[in-house]
Amino acid sequence: MLEMIYLDPLFAIEVVVSGLLSGIMYSLVALGFALIFKASGIFNFAQGAFVLFAALTLVSLIEGALFGVKLPLLLAAAVTLVIMVVYGMAVERLVLRPLINQSLIILFMATIGLNFFTEGFAQMLWGAQVKRLDLGIPEKPWEGLRLATGITLSVFELVAAAIAGVLVLGLTLFFSKTTTGRALRAVSDDNQAAMSVGIPLQHIWAVVWAVAGIIALVAGMLWGAKLGVQFSLSLLALKALPVLIIGGFDSIVGVIVAGLIVGASEKFAEVFVGPYFGGAIENWFPYVLATVVLLIKPQGLFGEKIIERV
Amino acid sequence: MAGRRQFGEVILSVENIGLSFGAVQALSGVSLEVRKGQIFSIIGPNGAGKTSLLNCINGVYHPQQGQISFKGQMRARMEPHQAAAQGIARTFQNVALFRGMSTLDNIMTGRNLKMRRGFLWKALWWGPAEREELAHRAQVERVIDFLEIEAIRKTPVGRLPYGLQKRVELGRALAAEPEMLLLDEPMAGMNLEEKQDMCRFILDVNDEFGTTICLIEHDMGVVMDLSDHVVVLDYGRKIADGPPEQVRRDPRVIDAYLGAAH
Amino acid sequence: MIYRESGQFKTSYAADQAMFPIRQDRIFIALLLVAAVAVVPVVVSEYAIRSILMPFLILSIAAIGLNLLLGYCGLISLGTAAFMAVGAFSAYKLATGIPDLPIVLNFILAGLVTAVVGMAFGLPSLRIKGFYLAVTTLAAHFFVEWTITKFGWFTNYSPSGVISAPPLDVFGIAIDSTTEKYWFVLAWVLVLAVLAKNLVRSSVGRAWMAVRDMDVAAAVIGVPILKTKLLAFAVSSFYCGIAGALYVFAYIGTVEPQAFDLNRAFQVLFMVIIGGLGSILGSFFGAAFIVTLPIFITLAAAPFGGQIPAEVLSNLELIIFGILIVFFLIVEPLGLARLWQIGKEKLRLWPFPH
Repeated sequence: MLEMIYLDPLFAIEVVVSGLLSGIMYSLVALGFALIFKASGIFNFAQGAFVLFAALTLVSLIEGALFGVKLPLLLAAAVTLVIMVVYGMAVERLVLRPLINQSLIILFMATIGLNFFTEGFAQMLWGAQVKRLDLGIPEKPWEGLRLATGITLSVFELVAAAIAGVLVLGLTLFFSKTTTGRALRAVSDDNQAAMSVGIPLQHIWAVVWAVAGIIALVAGMLWGAKLGVQFSLSLLALKALPVLIIGGFDSIVGVIVAGLIVGASEKFAEVFVGPYFGGAIENWFPYVLATVVLLIKPQGLFGEKIIERV
Repeated sequence: MAGRRQFGEVILSVENIGLSFGAVQALSGVSLEVRKGQIFSIIGPNGAGKTSLLNCINGVYHPQQGQISFKGQMRARMEPHQAAAQGIARTFQNVALFRGMSTLDNIMTGRNLKMRRGFLWKALWWGPAEREELAHRAQVERVIDFLEIEAIRKTPVGRLPYGLQKRVELGRALAAEPEMLLLDEPMAGMNLEEKQDMCRFILDVNDEFGTTICLIEHDMGVVMDLSDHVVVLDYGRKIADGPPEQVRRDPRVIDAYLGAAH
Repeated sequence: MIYRESGQFKTSYAADQAMFPIRQDRIFIALLLVAAVAVVPVVVSEYAIRSILMPFLILSIAAIGLNLLLGYCGLISLGTAAFMAVGAFSAYKLATGIPDLPIVLNFILAGLVTAVVGMAFGLPSLRIKGFYLAVTTLAAHFFVEWTITKFGWFTNYSPSGVISAPPLDVFGIAIDSTTEKYWFVLAWVLVLAVLAKNLVRSSVGRAWMAVRDMDVAAAVIGVPILKTKLLAFAVSSFYCGIAGALYVFAYIGTVEPQAFDLNRAFQVLFMVIIGGLGSILGSFFGAAFIVTLPIFITLAAAPFGGQIPAEVLSNLELIIFGILIVFFLIVEPLGLARLWQIGKEKLRLWPFPH
């Protein structure tokens, strides 16, 4: 039986492609991290909790948690969007701004605290039961593709990947074409210099945290529909961490490529290498990969090389 | 004072070193010789590569071309702590103190190289380990007396004014009893009185302990007064090398640096 | 007026470098020790010792371990729980493999095994700085968790993955009552705390802090960076390993790998942050605070009868933890230990305000 697997190239392609598709979803979560990191040098450990918060809020609104009114999907998504934007900005105002100029380790630990708060807050507000989220995208193999090539891929994964792709494209345009986007890139290069040419730093940060909230919502919708809306969504942060390391924290492109690498390689490793070790290596494989990348290229595959001055 | 003093053998020899960061050539073809007991100054306009040169000498940067030998020993690729072990100590342009520690602990850290007891002894804090710590404490107190900073012994260095921080940093370097002391702009940002104190300390160190001193400084008055020998860098190249009065008259120096400054 | 150091003149560097230079502190610590050893087992209920004091003491050791690494050497680690697991399972394998091995020796060996594992995962720290290190220590966590769960050898092929610690005895004296176990743990805590304090006030601690505050300057003054960081990882992991071993052998008796999950790592991290980065005493404050907080929350909820469901309470706990962490980082990054110090300084001046 095992030999059969190795002999079948179609199966290998299937494994890699489905890995790539979930990889895009990792990129999506990682994007939220990269954005905040780019703008303020903070690794926001709470991004996973944001995803949980967004997904829980959305589902609860659909199920009629608010005054018993069951909102349709789009309206619920709009309300959640507002909530996430407000929450993101509140975090910037209440947590990050008082910690300005602190060392990165301190900021990182603050976001761990924020992570706990957000998890508790989200579940307190909406309850901790597993909820189903139906986006109306069928979770079944794409028949046309299977008939044409013999490769089985789920429609849902393809659609999710497409949505993620659109969001990534949108953000890329936002950063390269709009004034706020360009200001943000200036801030990420050197926030002192950016301030001195009159870019309102705090305004930019508020925007960034708001956008991070929006990304969390999209990620929460897709992952929530895939896995069910539950506490484990919060652990997506742990999946995104190696993605960021591999791609380089400050590179949007890097993060997307790294998400694909992680998605494909962990699936591949799990299916083809895992059996020799009793399986379940998916959990730590990306971390080992990330550690190796860190040792060879500490700035990540696409990050900027840092020269230390003394 | 130059010319009246006699110096020993060459202690540091830098031969034809080149250092680049990507496309930026920080140093190219720089050679110099420092003799034992000298006060040796490196000057030049901003961005001339002075700090990079010091960084190469004590192993923070590794030059791509050329060789550096200290006390006759050639080195291939040296790490900073190995340079320290050979007897090179250093202060930094922007004060590089350990901000979370007291003055005393900062200076005690300068003695770490001289301590022999391993961490198991230190964990027990008993017998030889305690005796060692106390003996070094006594040494450090001498440095503290010398620099007249008794009153701030227990103060966290982060709370000290800038001038005192520079003094503590000098103390930390001195505590290592170096044969060669690299000072990167020891007087930057100081007022006249603080500068005079610092000059006195530098001369005293050189005089009392015979420490060779290699310093970068922008204050030309100070440089010309203190130095036995001056090297001028511009755009990563050496443009002059000699006693202060000779360098002062060098037309290339006047063009590149003094001319621009005056 | 009682807490005053006037009249106490230090006439030697030895007196000045002592662990507790002020006489009143020495008296206070001595009284505290007497109380912990002799009074507590008499006065405090067995239940309270088992459910509050034991986890407090054992997690204090882990907190000291993490504080040495994070607070003193500035290296963040989320591998604390993994290192505790390594210690616990090493001690278990040693105890079941070599039944005649004295328990103290067993624990020390288990600690050393953990130290080696810790150093292996600390190796990347030379090239990786700041919170990037969180990633490699997370790698350690997931890898250790997987290894222990996947390979039956570690649990002696227990089908459920749960291990039961063999009974404790020290030099032939059986340790089975709660009080005896309490003394056993207390002895470890005291010895390890004193050793840690000695380390941090010596050249070793200065090297750690130098690396934490400015690694380039540390290297230039002659501190070998890699060696110093690896030593911090080794000592820190040793402490975590002992804590893990005690957790199984003296505290809960039977344990599954999930007892050392990532939340445990965060719990110890919070102890260090709230207690005070770079303070041995603070590690105790932090451990006490985090261990008792859920109890206080439950007590505070008591007037509402059984109306508040357990789920809400556990979420409330998350919220309060989160707020406290952020609060301490913003208001007092040096934690409870700093507040304690400020309190002492006030007391020293009292009743004169200036």
